Amino acid sequence: MLALLAGPDATATAIPAPRGPEVFPAIVATFAARRARRDAIRAGTPEGDELRETAAVVRGLAIRAARARMARALDATDGFRERLVRFWADHFTVRPRVGPDQPLPGVLIEDAIRPNLTGRFADLLTAVTMHPAMLSYLDQVGSMGPNSPMGKQRKRGLNENLARELIELHTLGVGAAYTQADIRQLAELLTGLGVDSETGTVFRRNWAEPGPETVLGKTYGDNGIEPIRDVLNDLALHPETAAHIGRKLAVHFVSDTPDPGIAATIGRAFADTGGDLMAVYGALLDHPAAWAPELGKTRQPYDLVLASLRVLGVTGAQVLEMPEKTFRHHLLSPMSAMGQPWQRPRGPDGWPEEAEAWITPQLLAARIAFAMETPRKLVPDLPEPVVLARTALGPLADGRLLWAVERAETRPEAVGLVLASPMFNRR
Amino acid sequence: MDRRAFLRGLGAMGCSAAAFPLLNTMTLAAGRGLPGDHRLVVVILRGAMDGLDLLQPLGDADFARLRPNLGTGEGAIPLTNRFALHRSMDGLMPLWQAGQLGFVHATSTPYRDKRSHFDGQDLLEAGLDPNLPGAGLAEATAAGLRREGWLNRMLQAVPGLQGETAIAVGREALPLLAGRAPTLSWMPDQKLPLSAQGKLLLEHLYHDDPLFRDAAADAVMLVDETALAAADEDDDTGMIGGMMAPPVEAPAVRLADIDALVDFAAQRLRADTRIAALSLGGWDTHRAQAGAVQAPMLRLQRIVLRLRERLGDPVWGRTLFVAMTEFGRTVAENGSRGTDHGTGGAMVLAGGALRGGQVFGRWPGLAEADLYDRRDLMPTSDVRAWAAWAMRGMFGFDRALLEGTVFPGLDMGSSDPGLLL
Repeated sequence: MLALLAGPDATATAIPAPRGPEVFPAIVATFAARRARRDAIRAGTPEGDELRETAAVVRGLAIRAARARMARALDATDGFRERLVRFWADHFTVRPRVGPDQPLPGVLIEDAIRPNLTGRFADLLTAVTMHPAMLSYLDQVGSMGPNSPMGKQRKRGLNENLARELIELHTLGVGAAYTQADIRQLAELLTGLGVDSETGTVFRRNWAEPGPETVLGKTYGDNGIEPIRDVLNDLALHPETAAHIGRKLAVHFVSDTPDPGIAATIGRAFADTGGDLMAVYGALLDHPAAWAPELGKTRQPYDLVLASLRVLGVTGAQVLEMPEKTFRHHLLSPMSAMGQPWQRPRGPDGWPEEAEAWITPQLLAARIAFAMETPRKLVPDLPEPVVLARTALGPLADGRLLWAVERAETRPEAVGLVLASPMFNRR
Repeated sequence: MDRRAFLRGLGAMGCSAAAFPLLNTMTLAAGRGLPGDHRLVVVILRGAMDGLDLLQPLGDADFARLRPNLGTGEGAIPLTNRFALHRSMDGLMPLWQAGQLGFVHATSTPYRDKRSHFDGQDLLEAGLDPNLPGAGLAEATAAGLRREGWLNRMLQAVPGLQGETAIAVGREALPLLAGRAPTLSWMPDQKLPLSAQGKLLLEHLYHDDPLFRDAAADAVMLVDETALAAADEDDDTGMIGGMMAPPVEAPAVRLADIDALVDFAAQRLRADTRIAALSLGGWDTHRAQAGAVQAPMLRLQRIVLRLRERLGDPVWGRTLFVAMTEFGRTVAENGSRGTDHGTGGAMVLAGGALRGGQVFGRWPGLAEADLYDRRDLMPTSDVRAWAAWAMRGMFGFDRALLEGTVFPGLDMGSSDPGLLL
């Protein structure tokens, strides 16, 4: 698994997805068209179709990205890489705040997460933090040093959001020893970092708070992009970060309540190698706990949809060619009903991990509805249910499951029972 | 016999008897649950609602200075000499005048200094004091205390409790109600496309997995009951319409989802349910707050007005509605005409059981020396104490239980603040 991961990202090459240079101008155009429409409405002049056209372009990009993500996950020979992409995309959650932002989560993955998946955590963190998608989602674009030339002129100041989530979610973790003063100082240090609609990420010296800042006991001098890179590097290498990432990987890949040994082992590999992600993944894969308890996790709805498509024989190419309406109605909508609207977690902490958050009466009802209704809509000739049960679950297809599958009154219901079974909904 | 024992009994009979009663014919035992006839509705406002924007201290000279854009008081409706209500909530004024609306200001959980939404919400719902030995973040997580909500701990003290006594409404998890006491959770429009045989087979399939088994049993019951109740409501709309408040006007924010949740909650509360909980997000207003707070405020207002309408006077008269948030926001505006994470915040109270028309709590002032950490509204009370007094007044729980078990280590203070009529 590691050897494959160390090689080139063949899946991304085979199935391309939109990247920043294609997406940003479309988003900018949509915002411009929104403004133009607002002005036109105010002026009482008839409005054109420009907004509708630009919005359709943005929506199209977002759908293309979603299809590509699923197609890759279905076709990849390197399944571990795709799972890691999902893990880091959740760790570095961004969600669209308004309609035109829809493609941003996908772009962050393409531009910042996939290219840095196997390098140093510090590089991954830096690429993600400096990406326009993150700067926009966590409000960095509006933060000015209160004593900066622009801050004084416009009487504006800090926005703490990015600084807080950087420490609390992306690096040290909320239980770590940091204070409000660290958040505040980091927010000051980050001032100047922003987004330009033409060129992407920029540093605006006249927005930056003058003077040095002290974050977690270390003072960062001067303003500029370099001190920001330095603090990100230090946050990435912090011992608490190693422990936090070790814990998160163990919880995501192994169990809601993992053996503390595995979290510690991964954390140690992180700390010992200065956050070399290949070493970190190696520690995860080498640990016996990663292989021992089967079904320690409940599949999140996205994973359940992917697993269902896979056992029904739906290929990446079919997902790419599926009519948009089918794609939305049978793949994206059920995920919402199951509690995981596409790329819209509640907040920057991403999706919950624990089984109890996903298997509630209403969310389980939605899983059952998906299992019963979607397969026949996507696959005209449903597989023989007992065969499906055995291919999908191997030795986990126990007597209880086979007993039920054989007694179902219709083939769709028999297939539905397999997909709704506890064994298939766990991993 | 409780429902789950009943289901387990079915399972134990084995599934070979195809003729045994299907889940959808199950009926509920009525009414064993909380004493008395009060209803408690708790709404978690996720994202740290700005209490200072909701309830603007226009009588405080520092307010306008600290909030040059957000503190102008434009359109706000005066409630008291000190406070005015945000204009987006003006639909609540008839309730204020009727003494059925109130607020607590400058209140907070004991959570301090970290200002993390997720931590803050966890502690709000768990009802814990992170400073209490054993209840700190790491320890409490290890002990599983944080996986249990305070409403659930209260319910654990009710002998013979039925699952339908308390219900969480909506798709989101509500840790507030999670724990060992049986509760329900439901999204009203969820369908369950299964044949009778399919239900039976699924029950068999889930038999050995308690998580799936119990969730599915609740789902089947709720689907069936919601369908029955919808048919009932269609029949008697004329009568209900006659005794309810005039319909709420529909502003340009999405309300259909809220209405569905409230209607479902109200339908349950008119039957055997005594406690309902839901959550409302959208309060994390780091930028352009003047625009950003409108939708969540209109949605909160809608919940209150719709609940009153749907419950009808007799049930509303015995209802207390409490909305609470994880913490407040900074007193000063930030650089983006928004506010960042703070400490002291506000609670919204409503209901026919409330002694309303007043702002509860001690106002600390906004002078720099009066602020918490020189930046946040100083909390002068504990959110949990208000909730505890409400539960004592409504359901008769004694202080030892509330201060020892429901909210471990809470000091409710010497005197009843008189929230209830």
